[in-house]
Amino acid sequence: MPAEVNVILATDCGSTTTKAIMIEQVDGVYRQTWRGEAPTTVEEPFADVTVGVMNALTEIQEVSGRRLIDDDGSIIRPATADQGCDIYISTSSAGGGLQMMVAGVVREMTGASAKRAALGAGAIVMDTIASNDKRRPHEQIQRIRELRPDMVLISGGTDGGDTKKVTEIAELIAPAKPRPRFGKAYELPIIFAGNVKAQPEMNRVFGDDGFDLKITDNLRPSLEQENLGPARDMIHDVFLEHVMAHAPGYDKLMSITDAPIMPTPGAVGDILQTIARGRGINAVGVDIGGATTDVFSVFDGTFNRTVSANLGMSYSISNVCAEATMPTILRWVHIDMDERELRNRVKNKMIRPTTIPQTLDALVFEQAVAREALRLAYKQHKEFATTLKGVQQQRTVGDTFSQQSGGETIVDNMKLDLLVASGGVLSHAPRMHQTAMLLIDAFEPEGITELAKDSIFMMPHLGVLSSVHERAAMEVFERDCLVYLGTCVAAKGVGKPGKNCFSWSLDGGARGSGDLAFGEVELVELGPDETAELEVKPARGFDLGAGSGKVVKRTIRGGTVGVILDARGRSLALPEDRAACREAVSNVIDRIGLYPAGDQAGVVQESGSAN
Amino acid sequence: MAKAYTPGLKVTSLTDHQVDRILPIAGEVKVAEGDHVEADTVVAETFMDGDITPLNVANLLGAQPGDVPSMMLKGEGDPVEKDEVIARNKGIFGMFKNECRSPATGTVQTVSATTGQIMIAGPPIPVQVKAYMPGRVTAVLPAEGVVVENRVALIQGIFGVGGETSGPIRIAVSSHDEELGAAAITEDMSGAIIIGGARVTAAAIERAREVGASAVVSGGIDDSDLKRILGYDLGVAITGSERLGVTVVVTEGFGEIGMARRTFELLSARAGREASVNGATQIRAGVMRPEILIPFVEGDALDGETNQTESGVLELGTPIRVIRDPYFGEIGTVASLPEAPQVLGSGSKSRVLEVTLESGDTVTVPRANVELIET
Repeated sequence: MPAEVNVILATDCGSTTTKAIMIEQVDGVYRQTWRGEAPTTVEEPFADVTVGVMNALTEIQEVSGRRLIDDDGSIIRPATADQGCDIYISTSSAGGGLQMMVAGVVREMTGASAKRAALGAGAIVMDTIASNDKRRPHEQIQRIRELRPDMVLISGGTDGGDTKKVTEIAELIAPAKPRPRFGKAYELPIIFAGNVKAQPEMNRVFGDDGFDLKITDNLRPSLEQENLGPARDMIHDVFLEHVMAHAPGYDKLMSITDAPIMPTPGAVGDILQTIARGRGINAVGVDIGGATTDVFSVFDGTFNRTVSANLGMSYSISNVCAEATMPTILRWVHIDMDERELRNRVKNKMIRPTTIPQTLDALVFEQAVAREALRLAYKQHKEFATTLKGVQQQRTVGDTFSQQSGGETIVDNMKLDLLVASGGVLSHAPRMHQTAMLLIDAFEPEGITELAKDSIFMMPHLGVLSSVHERAAMEVFERDCLVYLGTCVAAKGVGKPGKNCFSWSLDGGARGSGDLAFGEVELVELGPDETAELEVKPARGFDLGAGSGKVVKRTIRGGTVGVILDARGRSLALPEDRAACREAVSNVIDRIGLYPAGDQAGVVQESGSAN
Repeated sequence: MAKAYTPGLKVTSLTDHQVDRILPIAGEVKVAEGDHVEADTVVAETFMDGDITPLNVANLLGAQPGDVPSMMLKGEGDPVEKDEVIARNKGIFGMFKNECRSPATGTVQTVSATTGQIMIAGPPIPVQVKAYMPGRVTAVLPAEGVVVENRVALIQGIFGVGGETSGPIRIAVSSHDEELGAAAITEDMSGAIIIGGARVTAAAIERAREVGASAVVSGGIDDSDLKRILGYDLGVAITGSERLGVTVVVTEGFGEIGMARRTFELLSARAGREASVNGATQIRAGVMRPEILIPFVEGDALDGETNQTESGVLELGTPIRVIRDPYFGEIGTVASLPEAPQVLGSGSKSRVLEVTLESGDTVTVPRANVELIET
């Protein structure tokens, strides 16, 4: 790294769009100055991710007037007064989803733990093979052969216990020789996270060419303990090392960056932890992309990350609709839409992932899909964010047969202080009010929660920048990255429509006060640099953080949207009846001003692809 | 900026095209460099491991796993017949011996002293790779496969299901925007690649399967029809391995959308000719689009257009297709490329372009919502 760093270029190669930013030192302070974006070029005819990178940098070059790319197509370094940069860094999430097969001895025990580890790491679990999965061995082998996983996770046996059963499972998988989808040169990674005593057997069984055996800690060291962390970390490592490295042009990209390429979610996670640590708060971040949705949380200092590989707004949009079902998505839509046409639109978005909604009804529908994608991704996150990193989760023997959930989730919406949005459909929503309501409807924050968005999807860039130039990363983060939308005040509890839910006042009534009946929402203006003293008194049966019916007083922050008072209750339930549901949703749209007619130039956020 | 980058699908009356024909595992290449091959010529062959049948000998003989190797009458690598005795315990004082018979014909692959389990591998399964496209073998990758090259008309579709196939082209409709229904498909289309215009219905695909057609190519398909022929709701666009009995390719997208006129005209001009079709689509890492390949024959009409645009670049006059509502499927040419972003009907602000549609109307569309029709 040069002694003096004046100009930094950073790119994030998403599965649909490659986004570039330029950071410059202005009057001794680092600021984000220019940006550009271009479609990611993993597709033919380019099949080289660096083409999209150069296109995005060319856009910066054009708008900034600073020459960045040499005649031979390389990035000019170091920076001079009018050309080049000092550092070029990149993150990447190109490469698509992660498809895994998992195996355990008993389906409900080690099989379930292996599945939890794989899902928690963001995989699509294609199948779970277990001794008691009611298939005969040759049927299991046939199934393994049909699948084309990116990797296999094998668990089984408690540490020091019997090795026979788990070895039997391995002996089924090895001769089946599952063929990876990346072709014959790809050595199929096998992660073994079972009985330590069986490790030599795994080396014997998978010793042949064609397998890349990785051994990590047992994810079920004893019957009462589940220790998913090491297996999840290993899955992430193998994903980067093997799966992402197969994205076309990835090797070339690695050769032109000044720091190791970080996976996009890893970089976002780093920045979120920094925020939570710095402010001493609990935070949740979400990045909804074209193929995947990543959710990050920091609760009481514990960081968790999940990657929902099949929930996204372009490549995976059809999967969101299949998983959530169309009627569930249409709950959020207040206008008439033809279901057949919507289904075709969804598939068209899937096959042409870089398109953006041109009309209002297309936007309303896409945001309805986004609510469900986010809701499902957060549900997965809550189910899997159960353990402290490196600390084993305690489960009782009695729990093991019910397997209702993955233990107690550490995600607590009442304790959540800050919810940060990023990803195309959230960052590029035409009005920030839409971004705020997407977050509230999908995540259902309780009590008092600040809402923010990553202004132009800069968190990944800053995450990787913090590893090479922390000062620059922090200065840009504080000045240019987060845009505060405002604060959500939401009562937990359920009541009858029309009955009082909570009373509120801002600055002792000087900025407004009132009562909200159950089912209502209200927006109170409070500007981006303003704070106010909030006092809320919930009715009996409702909780705003201090307990049922107890008054809460807090200094709250404003934002580009303001203060959203939400008395729709938690869990948030919309009326089953279609007409009543439409009326409820229309009411929210009117009160918050989500889609104001004739005010499309209101608070406009620049659009891009829904990546 | 007078140019903008946008991805596109290829539709061309003449291009040099290469296909890699590679075995999934090492094997034998059956042709030599310079050989001429037909679509159904076997260019490489190998044998995959046969079906594996596990057998827990220790359980069957009531023995300890560690004792199994000494009880085996057949060792690793030995051939066995179905019902042949392959293991026997020592019994008590030489009496009450238990036997274990092979459940399958094959070879003993492994004998595990840890689990007492043995694996019997069935006879190897032959795997053949065909040329898929007629042409000349331009490279041989020893033990792996070959590269076949030819001059072809190439049409990339947007989405398909089903794998590689070939057959003569049969035009089943009279125009590029005519729906392809079951009534248009006749018995004599067996083995053919049936070309429709606009939406192909599920009934038409079912009819094509009945008559034994190789493939159906049309402009669009309804999602509900796709669900009907697949039997499930497709979540992620990774296709090609479906066993539908017929390969389906759509050139434009989902819904009632007509095939691009140029594509239809090109296919019509090659009616009766042998073509190769692959429905495999993958819209993730290593993107794959479905394709129709028609080998060039001297005298074939070319469509007269030359490639005036740099690949992937939008310029004034570039032919494009709108790929999102409200103008989904419309074909036109770039009329202007305004520099400044504009506010759309959705309220988003985006860079746009003006398009002169075939109808003569000029409309404004986000740049992200068009694709090049490459020539």
